[in-house]
Amino acid sequence: MTERQTVEPLLQVRDLKTYFYSPSSVVRAVDGVTFDLREGETLGLVGESGCGKSVTALTLMRLIPNPPGRIVGGEVIFKGRDLLKLSDSEMRKVRGRDIGMIFQEPMSSLNPVLTIGRQLTEALELHMNMSKRQAMDRAGELLDMVGIPDARTRLKDYPHQMSGGQRQRVMIAIALSCNPKLLIADEATTALDVTIQAQILELMQDLTSRLGTALLIITHNLGVVARYADRVNVMYAGKIREMGSSDDIYGSPKHPYTVGLLNSVPRLDEPAKTRLAPIRGEIPNMADLPAGCAFRDRCDWAIERCGAEDPTLTEAGREHWSACWESAKVSRRPAAQKAKV
Amino acid sequence: MRGTGRALRKNPNLLAGTVILTIMALIAIITVTPGARLVARYDPQALAVVHRLEQPSASHWFGTDRLGRDIYARTLHGAKVSLVVAVSVALSVTVIGMTIGITVGYNRTADNLVMRVMDGMMSFPTLVLALALVATLGSSLFNVVLVICIVDTPGMTRVVRGVVLSLRERSYVESARAIGASMPRVLFRHIAPNTLAPVIIQASVFFAGAILTEAALGFLGVGTPEYIPSWGNIISAGREYVTINFWISFFPGLFLALTVLAANLVGDGLRDVLDPRLRGAT
Repeated sequence: MTERQTVEPLLQVRDLKTYFYSPSSVVRAVDGVTFDLREGETLGLVGESGCGKSVTALTLMRLIPNPPGRIVGGEVIFKGRDLLKLSDSEMRKVRGRDIGMIFQEPMSSLNPVLTIGRQLTEALELHMNMSKRQAMDRAGELLDMVGIPDARTRLKDYPHQMSGGQRQRVMIAIALSCNPKLLIADEATTALDVTIQAQILELMQDLTSRLGTALLIITHNLGVVARYADRVNVMYAGKIREMGSSDDIYGSPKHPYTVGLLNSVPRLDEPAKTRLAPIRGEIPNMADLPAGCAFRDRCDWAIERCGAEDPTLTEAGREHWSACWESAKVSRRPAAQKAKV
Repeated sequence: MRGTGRALRKNPNLLAGTVILTIMALIAIITVTPGARLVARYDPQALAVVHRLEQPSASHWFGTDRLGRDIYARTLHGAKVSLVVAVSVALSVTVIGMTIGITVGYNRTADNLVMRVMDGMMSFPTLVLALALVATLGSSLFNVVLVICIVDTPGMTRVVRGVVLSLRERSYVESARAIGASMPRVLFRHIAPNTLAPVIIQASVFFAGAILTEAALGFLGVGTPEYIPSWGNIISAGREYVTINFWISFFPGLFLALTVLAANLVGDGLRDVLDPRLRGAT
């Protein structure tokens, strides 16, 4: 552990804030997110829809549409440089070459009127100074690498001639074409069949570990993260609420929201419960968050202090942080305890 | 090009349109070569007052006009003007419209500015605007083309802008940005090809429209000058004699209608062929 910590992390995100402005309100989609990503590791970023996970990813890539969005503060230190301070043209060199990204919809992430080959060679031509010929050769290798049979002939195909899983494989090939140090997968498997999901995730993990690429998996699917991530960040209402190794997060969650998430999904490694326990209440309006902890109204452990002060991440164990005043008391089996009180 | 033959066979409308347009194009080309005399049989300008206003006959297939000029020869020569106007207009409007539309579709400030100007231009009735412009600039073939381009550009720009506005939200645009493509690159390499299907349809409409507008300008007497026969001015010249000899206007009108129809058929067929999603596995 200690040895690992001495190495400078690949990516250091510090107090990142991305807000969206409308005439009547400000949505603090990402509000003070801080985390590290080490070289070669797989980090999960989990949370429900609208919690700011995708905005975090887009902020890292500086692809937030402006207006209405704006990155209002923080630092994204990648390989020693603050990405937020780079010029647009420098940032373009980072995208695709240093950081690859895969998006959610495999059906529309590929341009319908360009051949697979042309889309695969684009990043190579942009960043690797390859000629058309070389790029095409490399594109064939890449398709082969992501497990598409008959790769060379498929280069001439159009996206509609491929299945969803194949398209996502192509997206992975594009994202990895320039050997990036970091691959961001934003809900990359959400739109796929469960069996295909597993294949794609296996493929991503296999390739990133082979190429030494760090992987940031953004998902709302806890199962995905449990299986593939080394460490997990749990996000809620624009902030990271709990951070720790996969084992800690799943074994001994220290934030009520994480507990709620875990209790709301069925698990094979636990005795079958008759009913799943959903998190009560609804996601607060992001444009009008209450003071204090945003999860307060849905929380079984809420105390008075939660309404006044928003807790920050504090150490809850080794390499394990939770943003909760009561984190010492939080454990699984919460609802039952509470009910008896 | 391997797929072209098959596309034509699978799409009878496209085939018919292509055949008619090809014939018209051949006619137009022949009339500028020495072969013109063989095909057209007469000089379109040759006067023969003794033979004025004749009905179609073996010697004058389409009859003659009030100065005894052969309508058949004039109609064939008229194809040249109509097609030159139509092709120039369709090409120029496509290039100009796509450039403006794509730029404007991505830049809000330019969008507001340019589109308000376009709206202003579109608020004039096409023909009236064209008439006013030709009357000011003087009637020549070039001015006719220029004027129709001016009148049609807002329409094309609007189509392109609309498509760009919807396309830029697609995730492949985001993907392209995520691999480090610059904005102009995204616009011209990723978005532009996706606008082609609607643009081609629009271009075919303007192609047909240009023939009609040119004819209308000719009919109103401000189109191409009378010493250059065009379908518009032949029809115009025949209008006083419609009751006694409708052939004068009928034949150029028929050619005009056929060409316009063919252009529309081709536009429609091209859309199907150019859209890779509608095209079968290649």
